[in-house]
Amino acid sequence: MSDYNFAYLDEQTKRMIRRAILKGLAIPGYQVPFASREMPMPYGWGTGGVQVSAAVMTPDDRFKVIDQGADDTTNAVSIRTFFERTAGVATTTKTSQASVIQTRHRIPEEPLSEGQILVYQVPIPEPLRFLEPRESETRKMHSLEEYGLMHVKLYEDISRHGHIATSYAYPVKVEGRYVMDPSPIPKFDNPKLGDMAAIQLFGAGREQRIYALPPYTQVVSLDFEDHPFEASKPDHPCAMCGAENSYLDEVITNDAGGRMFVCSDTDFCEARQAAGHTGTMNGKDAA
Amino acid sequence: MQAQTLSGGFADTATASAVAFRQVMEAMARPGTIHMVTGAAPPAPLSPATGVVLLTLCDPDTPVHLSGALDCDAVRTWIAFHTGAPVVGPSHCVFAVGGWDDLTPLSAYQIGTPQYPDRSATLIVQVDQLEPNGAILSGPGIKDTHSLSLPETRAFQLNAGHFPFGLDFIFTCGDRVAALPRTTVVMHKGAV
Ligand SMILES: [Zn+2]
Repeated sequence: MSDYNFAYLDEQTKRMIRRAILKGLAIPGYQVPFASREMPMPYGWGTGGVQVSAAVMTPDDRFKVIDQGADDTTNAVSIRTFFERTAGVATTTKTSQASVIQTRHRIPEEPLSEGQILVYQVPIPEPLRFLEPRESETRKMHSLEEYGLMHVKLYEDISRHGHIATSYAYPVKVEGRYVMDPSPIPKFDNPKLGDMAAIQLFGAGREQRIYALPPYTQVVSLDFEDHPFEASKPDHPCAMCGAENSYLDEVITNDAGGRMFVCSDTDFCEARQAAGHTGTMNGKDAA
Repeated sequence: MQAQTLSGGFADTATASAVAFRQVMEAMARPGTIHMVTGAAPPAPLSPATGVVLLTLCDPDTPVHLSGALDCDAVRTWIAFHTGAPVVGPSHCVFAVGGWDDLTPLSAYQIGTPQYPDRSATLIVQVDQLEPNGAILSGPGIKDTHSLSLPETRAFQLNAGHFPFGLDFIFTCGDRVAALPRTTVVMHKGAV
């Protein structure tokens, strides 16, 4: 561990990131620029989230990493190992026991509590980017609250598909002011963003942006009076634990095209199974 | 150089500043909550908590303004030695440090630009008392309401009225910190 600085980054970099986090918390949903550092992993691996985690972590933390809801992907394992080595922190897969959770594209099913921090890996922090490629213009649009184009885009969805087809990275408005990209979480997770007891921090490494949601912040998914926002998910119970209200992944079960729906949050699903809950593919109900 | 200048920094910079930052971050994320910080022993009239905040957040990239009795040789040399932060006037500072009366008027500080509202000063206000009573706070970070002994209310109401522009405040007293970002709605006790 002595080969590294605590949590890898040098002190001056951590101070810079920490100052950006404080301004992010003071202006919820606004993207604070920061000078992203090279990390010993490729950009696609959540270097923005890793830098934010490094800046908030203390030796007493218990760290969890989820990748699309799972703790055991290559990406999740290497980030967890990185902080075990460089910060000497304890790690866990249990949501309730983690004090810092870094996530790629999901919010845990189990409600988070005060004292916990959720750190999101963000690929594209600018919700207006696909409408306007120039940063100088999107900055101007945010400063003038010029969000009409965003609504036009969503409404085009409705006229084309009969509903809003955007199902990931569904834009939200924070405290009635800034429109924010919640990172590519499924829109099923959007209602958990608001009024959360935990602190939510968002880090985009390649794009060099940090933004934040303090606890108990008002977060509203953009929608229309005649087409209200719906936090949809596949209409099945989990095949392993029987949960009716968790986000599900479709899993191919055999070469004959068999498939089933299971919880994307593996810790949630395993805890339910351990508590005796079963689904159609598991336990006594299995065919 | 006096011994007082060389001493009083963090014993283990990386760990001490990580632990201190978490307290300051909790304070900013949950306005009005009071948190204890340790590890700094700055020269008077800086309080230990003010010293911790300076060591945790300041460096050569963050010009600091010192106001009132805090603008003295002992403080200047301690900050220069431990943080490297240049001391500047209020209009150019990233952090300002002082007692409440010495820090006003608030119009002296940068409140950010339309496209970069984060480019605004943070005021580190050393207060004589920091208690969970007095003004009623609500807004992001606060479930219902919090109470905090603020030096006044009107200035914070005006500051919040500029959102998304504005100043952010860190209050220090002895070994304790609390914070008030620009988003917090401040009301007089009894005005609810
Ligand atoms: Zn399940």
